[in-house]
Amino acid sequence: MSFFLTQTLTGLASASSLFLVAAGLTVIFGVTRVVNFAHGSLCMLGAFIGWSILTRLPRDPAWFALGVLATAAATALIGAALEIGLLRRIYRAPELFQLLATFGVVLVLADATLWLWGPNDLPLPRPPWLRQFVMIAGSRFPLFDLVLIAIGPLVLGGLLLVFHRTRWGVLVRAATQDRDMVAALGVDQRLLFTSVFALGAGLAGLGGVLALPAGSANLQIDLAVITEAFVIVVVGGLGSIGGAYLAAVLIGVLQAFGVVVLPGATLVLVFVVMAVVLVVRPYGLLGRDRGQSRTDAEAVILQRPAGPWQITAAGIGLALFLAAPLLVGPFGMAIATEMLVAMLFAASLHVMMGPGGMPSFGHAAWFGIGAYGAALLAQNLATPMPLALAGAPILAGLAAFAVGAFIVRLSGVYLAMLTLAFAQIVWAVAVQFVGLTGGDNGVLGVWPADPRGFYYVALALCVGGVLVLRRIMFSPFGFALRAGRDAPARAAASGIDMTAHRLAAFTLSGAAAGLAGAIFTYSKGSAFPTYISVSHSVDALIMVLLGGIGSLAGPIIGAIAYTGLFDLLLASDFWRARLGAVIIALVLFFPAGLAGWAERRR
Amino acid sequence: MTLSRRTLLTATAGFTGLAAPAISRAQTAAIRIGEINSYTAVPSFTLPYRNGWTLAVEQINASGGVLGRKLEVLSRDDAGKPQDAIRLAGELIGDQKVDLLAGSYLSNVGLAISDFALQNKTLFVGGEPLTDALVWQKGHRYCYRLRASTYMQARMLIDDAAKFGAKRWVTVSPNYEYGQSLVKWFKILLAQRQPGVEFVAELWPALGNIDAGATVAALEQAKPDAIFNGTFGPDLTKFVRAGNTRGLFEGRKVVSVLTGEPEYLEPLGDEAPAGWLVTGYPVDSVTDAANLGFIAAYKARFNELPKLGSVVGHAMIAGIAAGIAKTGSVETEAMADGFGGAKFATPFGPVTWRALDHQATFGAFIGRTALKNGRGTMVDWRYIDGADALPSDEEVKKLRPA
Amino acid sequence: MTVLAVTGLQKRFGGVRAVDDVTFSIVAGEILALIGPNGAGKSTCFNLINGQIAPDHGTIHLHGRDITGLAPRQIARLGVGRSFQIAAGFASMTVRQNLQTAFAAHHRQSWRFWHDAMGAHIAEAEALLARVGLVAQADRAAGVLAYGDLKRLDLAIALAGAPGLLLMDEPGAGMALAERGALMRLVQKLAREDGMAVLFTEHDMAAVFAIADRVVVLNRGKILASGDPASVRADPLVQARYLGAGR
Repeated sequence: MSFFLTQTLTGLASASSLFLVAAGLTVIFGVTRVVNFAHGSLCMLGAFIGWSILTRLPRDPAWFALGVLATAAATALIGAALEIGLLRRIYRAPELFQLLATFGVVLVLADATLWLWGPNDLPLPRPPWLRQFVMIAGSRFPLFDLVLIAIGPLVLGGLLLVFHRTRWGVLVRAATQDRDMVAALGVDQRLLFTSVFALGAGLAGLGGVLALPAGSANLQIDLAVITEAFVIVVVGGLGSIGGAYLAAVLIGVLQAFGVVVLPGATLVLVFVVMAVVLVVRPYGLLGRDRGQSRTDAEAVILQRPAGPWQITAAGIGLALFLAAPLLVGPFGMAIATEMLVAMLFAASLHVMMGPGGMPSFGHAAWFGIGAYGAALLAQNLATPMPLALAGAPILAGLAAFAVGAFIVRLSGVYLAMLTLAFAQIVWAVAVQFVGLTGGDNGVLGVWPADPRGFYYVALALCVGGVLVLRRIMFSPFGFALRAGRDAPARAAASGIDMTAHRLAAFTLSGAAAGLAGAIFTYSKGSAFPTYISVSHSVDALIMVLLGGIGSLAGPIIGAIAYTGLFDLLLASDFWRARLGAVIIALVLFFPAGLAGWAERRR
Repeated sequence: MTLSRRTLLTATAGFTGLAAPAISRAQTAAIRIGEINSYTAVPSFTLPYRNGWTLAVEQINASGGVLGRKLEVLSRDDAGKPQDAIRLAGELIGDQKVDLLAGSYLSNVGLAISDFALQNKTLFVGGEPLTDALVWQKGHRYCYRLRASTYMQARMLIDDAAKFGAKRWVTVSPNYEYGQSLVKWFKILLAQRQPGVEFVAELWPALGNIDAGATVAALEQAKPDAIFNGTFGPDLTKFVRAGNTRGLFEGRKVVSVLTGEPEYLEPLGDEAPAGWLVTGYPVDSVTDAANLGFIAAYKARFNELPKLGSVVGHAMIAGIAAGIAKTGSVETEAMADGFGGAKFATPFGPVTWRALDHQATFGAFIGRTALKNGRGTMVDWRYIDGADALPSDEEVKKLRPA
Repeated sequence: MTVLAVTGLQKRFGGVRAVDDVTFSIVAGEILALIGPNGAGKSTCFNLINGQIAPDHGTIHLHGRDITGLAPRQIARLGVGRSFQIAAGFASMTVRQNLQTAFAAHHRQSWRFWHDAMGAHIAEAEALLARVGLVAQADRAAGVLAYGDLKRLDLAIALAGAPGLLLMDEPGAGMALAERGALMRLVQKLAREDGMAVLFTEHDMAAVFAIADRVVVLNRGKILASGDPASVRADPLVQARYLGAGR
C-alpha cells in the first residue's frame, strides 16, 4: 500500500514536469497551429540558461525561485525572437510547413548550445534544501518532488485564469477557435501570436530549468523531451491545457508503475497508451474536432502533369543517374543510391500526404518493415534477392493496411500522431525482439552479390516505383483520392468511397516505402532500428515539404536536395547548424517548396 | 566554458587541415586512416577522444612516423547512424583511398562498419564499441577491437562483487544491447561464483529517458542487498540523485559499470556516491610513468585533464601504428594477419592485439568511488589487464564463426 | 412515376423535433421547393434524404426502393445527385478534370489504377461544361473560380452522376441576382428535358415561385402547407407564419 502511494506521488511529480513542457507546446499548437519541433530545444536552452544563472546565485530557495523565473523569461524572449524572425513570415505557407522551419531551428540550436556550453553534462549542484526529503508511508520522498507536484496544478490554474479572466486570454481562446474571426475583430494578430509563442517558450524553459535539480543540463534533452511532449499534447487534445495536465498525469503515473510491472516495455508503454487513447477518443481526452483550418484550403494548388520543361529536367536527371558510375567515385555512388531510395521514400510519403491528405510523422515504420522484411527473409530463409525485394513491399503493404484500417478515418495532426505512435511501436519491436531482429545491433551481412550491378537494380526499382506511383496518382483512383481530400462531402455525394480510397492509398504508400527500405537494406548490407527512428520519419517529411507538397516533382526534388545537402555538410564541423541554416533559408525564400517555386516561375 | 570552446576550435583546425584530400601520393606519402565516430551524437565522449587521437598522431609523426611514413587521419561524423557510417566508410575507402578504417562509439555503428569492412575486405579497428559480438559472434579476420567488452567489464568486477556475499540483487541497466548484455553476463558469472544468489528485480529504463524516481522506488521496494547498475551519462546523474535523496544506496552494496570514468563521474559532482565498486579511470591518482606521461602531454596540448575517451583515442592510434609496424606494410590481407600479436604501449600499460579473436588486452581500472574535496574520485583501485578478463581460448573459438 | 417518397419522417435532436411526421413525394420531371423559416427543418430533412443522418421514424423510398439509413455514398450510387449550400469543387483539379472525376465515379471507375484519368470522359465532360456554361473555364483550377462559377461547377458535378433526383441546398445562396436566375432556369430546363426530379430549398421566394412546380412549407419540423406555388402563396396560414402578413 505504501509503495502504491509513493509510486503514485512519484508519477505525479514527473507528470508536473511533463505538463510544463507540454503546456507550452499545446498553447502554441492550438493558437498558431505550428507543430513546433524546436520546443524540446527551448526546453534544453532553459536547462542550460538555468544552469548558468543558478550556479551564479546564492543557493537558497528564494534566489532559486528568482533564477527559475529569470530563466523562463529568457527563454520566452528567445521564443519571441524566433516567432518574429522566422515563423511570422511563413504562417500563410501550407500546413505543416512551419514544421520544416522549426526543424531547422532544432539543428541550429543543438550546435549553438554545444558551442556555447561545451560537450559535457552540466549538473546543477544541489544545495541541502534540494536534497531534503519527507517521510511518507515509511519511505523517504524528495521534498522537491512535492514542490513539483504542487507546481503542475499551480501553473495549470494560472494558465486557466489568464485564458479565462483576461482580455488577452479571451482573444487567444477565440483565435484557437477561429483565427480569421479574430483578425476580423481588428486585433493585431501578429502581436497575439508573438505573445503566445513567448508564453509557450517560457513554459518550455520553465520545464527545462525545473528538471535541473533531478539531473543535469545536457545535449540530449531536446530530442528526449520533444516526442514525449507531443504525445501528451495529442493525448490531452490539441490546444487543451486541462487535457494536457490530465494526459501528463495519466502517462506519468502509468510510467511510474510501468517500470515495475512491465520493466522491459519502457520503450513502448507511452506509445501504446497513446495509440489506445486515440483509437478510442480520436481527438484526445479533452479535445474536439476542430475541422480543417481555413488556411489549408489556400494551400491547395492545381496539380498538373509534367510539362515539357519538367520532362526535360527529369530526362537530364535520369541520364545523370544512369551515367553516375562513369562520373563519380564510390562516395558519389553511395550518395546517388541514397538519393534514389530517398526519392521513392519521399514519393511514397507524398502519396499519403499530398493526394491522400494524410500527413504522417511515422512513415519510417513502413520503410523499416520493408528493410527488416528483406533482411530477415534473406538471412533466415536464404531468400534470393529478387524475392526478398518483392516480399518487402508486400509485408509493408499488409502492415500498412492493417494499421490504416484503424486510422484513415482520422485527419490532420491526430492521424499524423497515430502514425508516429505506430512507428514507435515498430521501432521498439525492432530494438527489443533481440532474438529475431538482433536488437539495436541490427541484421548484418545482407549484401547484394554484385554491388555495382545493384546500383542499376536500385535505379530501376526506385525510378520505376516513382513512375508507378505517378501513374496511379493520375489514374481515376488518384483523382478520386484527391477529390476526397479537396472536398470530402462533395466526393461522397458523387459516390466516391473516401475511406476505402484513403485506405488503399495508405497501403500503397506503405508498400512503396517498404520497397525503398528493402533497397536501402541491400545497399547498406544491413538493417538497423535507426531506419525506423523518429528522425528518419522526420527526414521523409522534410524532403516532401522542402520540395513542395503540390506535385510529385516536389518530393523528388526535395529528396535530392536534402540528401545531397546532408551528405555534403556531414563532412564539415557544425554541420547541423549549417544544415539548419540552409533549411531555414529555404523555408523563408521558397515557402511553396522548391518545386512549388519552380511551378510559379513557369 | 572557454576551455571547451578553445579545445573544440583547436580540434577543428587540426581536423580541417587533415581532411584536405591529397592530390598525389607516392609510396612515401602518409598512411591514411579513415576515422568515423558519432561526434555530434555523443560529444561528451567523442571530443576528448578526438583530442586523444590527435595527440597520438602528432607524437608518432614527431618521432618519424610508421615505416618512415607519416600518419594522417581523415575524420568523419556519422551522427550516431549506422547507415551514415557505412556511406562514409565507402567514401573513405573508395574516394579517399584510406589504408584502413578506425573509430566508432556505439555498438551498432561499430558492427555496421565491421560488416562493411568484411564485405569490402578492408581492415577496421574499432575503438570504443563494447558489444561482445564485434569480435565474437560477428567477428572476422578484418576486424580488431580495443576496448574491454561488456563481458570483460562484467568479468573484471565479478571477484569483488562475489566477495560482498550479498544474497538479493537487483539490476538496473539501459534498455538496449549494451545494457542487456552487461546484465546477462553479470548474472551468469555471479551465479557461477556464488551459487544461490538471487536476482529479485530487473529494471530497464529507456536510454536517455530514465524515470529516476520511479526506478529508485521500484528498486527499493525489492529490498535488495546489492545493486548492479549499467546506466551512464545523464541517466546516471538522475539515478544517483534520486537514489541519494531516497536513501536507496544506504547500507547497500553497489556494483556499477563505467561509473569511474571521468566522463560519467565528474557530472555527479559532490553527489558522487562513496564505496561503489566500479570500472573506470582514476585520472587524478594514477602514479605509473605511462599514465603520468600521457596526462602531462595531454594537459600541455589541450590544457585539461584527459577523459577515458582521450585514452581510447590515443591507444587506438598507437595500436594501429604498432600493427602496421609489425606487418611492415599497409596491404589489407597482410595487416589482417599482421596485427595479431602486435604489442603496443598505451597510457594503461602494454597491450596486445590477440591473434585468436582480434580483441586487444586493453584493460580497465576497478576500484571504489569516494568523495574528495566535493568531487568524485576512485580509490583502492587496481588495473586489470584485459587478458585476465577473457574466457578460455576454447570458449572463444566456439563463440567465433568458423 | 414517383421518384422519391418520404413517409412519416421524424428526427429529434435532444428534446427538439427537428423533423416531425413529414410526408411528401416527387414525380419524374417535377421541381419541388422545400421552404420555411430558419430552423424549420429544411436542412435536417435534406440530410435525412441524403443519408448524412438517419431518421428516428419514417421511411424514404427512391424509385420504390427503401433507402432509409443508407450512407450518402450508397444513395449517390442509386442516382441521387446533390449540390451544396456552400459550393465545393475539387480545388486541385481543373474544371474539366472535376467533371472527368465525377464521370469516372459515376461509371464506377474510381478503382482503376492504371488508366489515364485525363484521357477519359472528355466528350461527356465537354458536353456538360457547355450545358452549364463553363466551357471558357474548362482549364482553370477549380480552386481559383469565382463563386458563381463554382456554384455551377458544383451543380455540374452533381449532374455528371445522371441523377434521377437532384437535391439542391439553397442553390442561389451567395450568387448575384442575374446569375441566380440563370442557374434556376438551367435546372428547370434539365428537369423538363431529362425528366429529372428536383428537390431544393431556397430563401429567395422569387426564385421559388418562378421555377417550382410544387411547394412544401415546413414550420417547426411539420408541414404547414403544400401545393402549387399559387395556392401556397395564397394560403393564409403561410402568409401569417412565413411570408409575412404585411405584404
